[in-house]
Amino acid sequence: MKGLVLAAAGVTALAAASLFVGVSDVTVGALLGGMSDEATQVMLVSRIPRTLALLLAGSGMAVSGLILQMLARNRFVEPSTAGTAESAVFGMLMVTLLAPGTPMLGRMLVAGACALAGTALFLGILRRMPLRSPLVVPLVGIMLGAVITASTEFVAYRFDMMQSVRAWETGDFSGVLRGRYELLWIGAALTAVAYAAADRFTVAGLGEDFTTNLGLNHRRVVSLGLVIVSLVTAAVIATCGMIPFLGLVVPNLVSLTRGDNMRRSLPWVALSGAGLVLACDIAGRLVIRPYEIPIGTTMGIVGSAIFLYLLLRKNAHAG
Amino acid sequence: MIEVRNARKSYGETVVVDDVSITVPAGGVISLIGANGAGKSTLLSIISRLLPAPAGTVMVEGMDVTTTPGDVLARRLSILRQDNQMTARLTVRDLIAFGRYPHSKGRPTVEDRGHVERVIRYLELEAVAHRFLDELSGGQRQRAFIAMVLCQDTRYILLDEPLNNLDVKHAVAMMKLFRRTADAFGKTIILVLHDINFASCYSDRIVAMRDGRIAFEGPPEEIITPAVIREVYGVEAAIQEIDGKRVALYFR
Repeated sequence: MKGLVLAAAGVTALAAASLFVGVSDVTVGALLGGMSDEATQVMLVSRIPRTLALLLAGSGMAVSGLILQMLARNRFVEPSTAGTAESAVFGMLMVTLLAPGTPMLGRMLVAGACALAGTALFLGILRRMPLRSPLVVPLVGIMLGAVITASTEFVAYRFDMMQSVRAWETGDFSGVLRGRYELLWIGAALTAVAYAAADRFTVAGLGEDFTTNLGLNHRRVVSLGLVIVSLVTAAVIATCGMIPFLGLVVPNLVSLTRGDNMRRSLPWVALSGAGLVLACDIAGRLVIRPYEIPIGTTMGIVGSAIFLYLLLRKNAHAG
Repeated sequence: MIEVRNARKSYGETVVVDDVSITVPAGGVISLIGANGAGKSTLLSIISRLLPAPAGTVMVEGMDVTTTPGDVLARRLSILRQDNQMTARLTVRDLIAFGRYPHSKGRPTVEDRGHVERVIRYLELEAVAHRFLDELSGGQRQRAFIAMVLCQDTRYILLDEPLNNLDVKHAVAMMKLFRRTADAFGKTIILVLHDINFASCYSDRIVAMRDGRIAFEGPPEEIITPAVIREVYGVEAAIQEIDGKRVALYFR
């Protein structure tokens, strides 16, 4: 509990830093003195929404990764190695092409439905695979994702939509403004649902036989998890684009020290996810100021480094 | 009482459980023996509704296992299969506590916690209770799984090869614990066992399967005989009686 409070304090400090890092100069003094309307505007329209978006997307994606890992019973899956993210991008493209007038919420729901179908397909393939080596599972997901991405890009290329697809595929919070991130609150609500159902997901992580023995309907637990993961992923992709590695490395790091009893580990995963995303985004804003590196890139570097560490560390228990 | 009527299960062309009917009265230790592939594990999975059987019915105290709500059944019957692969990193205590899930639904009471600590003590897991499952030896892990199932505190306990990975000392302790649990609390414990001498020394009844059918059924003195062992396993065994228990010697 004490550790959790410390972690929360750390994330709060990062969030505070995120409010004051950027091109236009916003200082505490300027805000409090009420001297600068511009500073207040920047704060309300850009900085606060961006920071909130980072917190919500970071925790949401990390928790989604954790849920997927429990459901697939594999340490190497996350929304971007299970066909989820790619299917959501496909859904975004389809709804943008076929029903361009659809409001953001509607688009997100379509993307969410596609993500759900894609992830269900992934789990369906896993079910039919006789040999489930831990390393084959994410490979199957990556292949499935590649097939879906190929169709997405074929259509996008034909209709000159490649730029939009790139925006959904690469996480970037620089475009987050007031009025354009609020969907992520849905993700936060779903994360709360995941916490309420944490015991069920832990039981599902023990396997189908254990789940049945303990009187739970395995199929129902999996469905609940898939809906949460799909909608959170869709909300993140619709607002700021895919954040790679997050759902992979954060649950693995937390698992090493805290284990996988989700009632206990989920708050850690949510906080660490938010913290890591904040840190990466702040770094991206600082290294080449006044320009920015999108979080898809910074997270790719940091995430892959952590992932390599996880793979190569001594006594690594595969899967 | 568990009543199995005309249960059948096949994988492709191979019939693994062939029209099995059996009645298991409540109370006592019942061992299921037979050669590899005789259908013991499959029968156990059918009884515990882990595996749906295309034909036949299984009733546990009058409840059909395929239609009774899972959580109702989970308070009456528990099952542990063999070869439990675990990707989730849980501590021994957390795993055992999940055995209370059918009763507590994730909100453990003082009574639930008492159950957990008692089972940890019975299975001598105090020293490793705080450790993660993947840090344990195979035998310790097996005892933790059994502890979880015992913590579920059901009237019927089904265990598929519970002595797997256990050394002689722990195997004996485990069988004694089953015996005590059955005698003191009136539980019905159904075990799939490979060691027929453990079955002989600790069971009230032995059920021997061959080719998906029940070949023999009865108390140990009727089953542990050269003729039955020859029929069931196809090996010659000499039977010795030691301290009133029948022991089969088949190491020749």
